[in-house]
Amino acid sequence: MRVAENLNAALAALLAREPNLYVLGEDVVDPYGGAFKITRGLSTDFPDRVLSTPISENAITGVAAGLALSGDLAIVEIMFGDFAALAFDQLFNFASKSVSMYGSRLPMRMVVRCPVGGGRGYGPTHSQSPQKHFVGIPGLALYELSPFHDNLAVFEEMFAREEPCVFFEDKVLYTRQMGAVEPPFSVETSGGVARVSLDGPPDCVIIAPGGVAHRALAAMRSLLVEEEITCTLLVPSRLYPFDQPDVFDVDVRAARRVFVVEESTAGGTWGAEVAHLLHRRHWGRLALPVTLIHSLGGVIPTAAHLERAALVNESTIHSTIREALRG
Amino acid sequence: MTRPATAVQGETSDPAASSPQDADLSLMLMIRAFELKLLDLYGRGLLNGTTHTCLGQEYVPVAVEALLDRRDHVFSNHRGHGHYLARFRDPAGLLAEIMGREGAVCAGVGGSQHIRRDRFLSTGVQGESLPVAAGVALHLKRAEPGRLACVYVGDGTFGEGAVYEAFNIAALWGLPLLVVVENNGIAQSTPTSRHLAGSIAGRAAAFGIDHRLVETSDVTEIRRTLEPLVSRVRSRATPLVVEFVTRRLGPHSKGDDTRPARAVQDLREQDWYARCAAAFPGRFPRLDAEARAHIDAVAAEVMARAPSQWEGS
Ligand SMILES: Cc1ncc(C[n+]2csc(CCOP(=O)(O)OP(=O)(O)O)c2C)c(N)n1
Repeated sequence: MRVAENLNAALAALLAREPNLYVLGEDVVDPYGGAFKITRGLSTDFPDRVLSTPISENAITGVAAGLALSGDLAIVEIMFGDFAALAFDQLFNFASKSVSMYGSRLPMRMVVRCPVGGGRGYGPTHSQSPQKHFVGIPGLALYELSPFHDNLAVFEEMFAREEPCVFFEDKVLYTRQMGAVEPPFSVETSGGVARVSLDGPPDCVIIAPGGVAHRALAAMRSLLVEEEITCTLLVPSRLYPFDQPDVFDVDVRAARRVFVVEESTAGGTWGAEVAHLLHRRHWGRLALPVTLIHSLGGVIPTAAHLERAALVNESTIHSTIREALRG
Repeated sequence: MTRPATAVQGETSDPAASSPQDADLSLMLMIRAFELKLLDLYGRGLLNGTTHTCLGQEYVPVAVEALLDRRDHVFSNHRGHGHYLARFRDPAGLLAEIMGREGAVCAGVGGSQHIRRDRFLSTGVQGESLPVAAGVALHLKRAEPGRLACVYVGDGTFGEGAVYEAFNIAALWGLPLLVVVENNGIAQSTPTSRHLAGSIAGRAAAFGIDHRLVETSDVTEIRRTLEPLVSRVRSRATPLVVEFVTRRLGPHSKGDDTRPARAVQDLREQDWYARCAAAFPGRFPRLDAEARAHIDAVAAEVMARAPSQWEGS
């Protein structure tokens, strides 16, 4: 099953199960079914609760907050995650704050879905990975779509938190298959983290959320074949709060070398937060500082060759790891 | 409000003598006394942070609240003490919130600008609550037809895009949203003439939303005018903008009034307080004294309380 189908099925199951769930977004109703077709079919089955909205990212996020305030559940689709900037106030100052600023805990069950990332030639304002701009906001949890995490379970977890969540969905994942890795690698998922590994202790650990996981996996393969470097890949479903660094302990202790891959540009990133936590926890036993791997600093060009050169990819990951381990 | 504040002989000779009822007048006077008490406490360095008093605007929520049902939602803003007090008549809880004492409505976390109780919620970012209120109205339309979401907003907040995104959605989707505009002619230090092009009526009209201008401060008359309009918001689930021409007598927050004293004096002369004092020489002084004594007692009692506790801290 493709990731897009799994996501669509998760939304359909939730709408069927939760009579108070709304799905809001620009152009989400049929026959269009959303810019990436993730909501296809949903408005036909649930016409009162799957609503196409005006181009109003701030308002639709606020409307979702109002629904959540009333005890409903809401999922907002931001057509391109870049435009979540227009909804930032509603997330940063209203929805996340409401969970606690009124003195007692107020459940806010809402998820803002953000298709993110490049690789599709949509250009500088439609290709960014804005995760880092949402990291560290009390009361706001961040998740990332991944082929290794069933979306229905992820949505259940997000709603169970009873606080607003942003769900980042790398567009390039929509057409990929769920769950598969090819031998000699195998994958297992527990505690919200998928672990792709070989038998035996690895030379290094790569932490890469959904959108960059398959690029990390490709680099792992070439590092194994060309350099005999073995890596374990960890793919967390929840980016923030990143409050379970112990889930990574066994692998980090074994490998002593950690790389964090993110598609964003460097500077104030999620990966920096992860590195900080791992340094606090494992400083004495790490062989290297945790190394961050990013896209180039700059806008994301439209032309395919320029875009490819800008975005973090298999070869960036491969060469960074090879240099760090082989010098 | 334009009625000259002339002394009248007997109260019954005034055509509006029955207005306001004692209960309304007492509530307006209680809100006035509360706000004056806050400024006094600030002046004496007894309060943390800042606060925005609704001096001069007290009659707006007193008039509006009577048109609302307990199950309607109210969204308030930074200048929300009157909105809260008109709904709950709970000066002790509000003062405890502002002073961070036991019994605070929100444990002292929200303070003057961030209050939630039952179906009342205020927040301090201008315009932000309009989309939220639209979301609540969407919920009500389906789950509790006949109920509405009422949101208070100042004239200055019409500079925010969130207002128009919410107007558009509320009109398109037919949402029971009552927008109460307190147009006091100024936003912090900037007069409306320098922050608002066109008019609030024109902006409502642009979205096909009904607009009603209210220029009086006579609560009975206001309710008589608005009652059928608010009923229509409920029965037809359509938005409505009610714009009050009102006056901010106090500073924007505390001690930050840049207006000439003369201009403020003019506003005081048009104030409902002056009008009612002149119109009801019999009952006004008594009700006013009662309101002040009540607030004095509340303040003394709240100040003696222990600091508020918050499990989140
Ligand atoms: C988004 C935002 N910008 C600025 C402020 C700071 N601020 C608080 S009140 C205010 C003026 C609001 O004017 P108006 O809407 O006319 O309400 P009034 O204070 O007159 O009741 C400003 C600028 C704010 N709270 N929110």
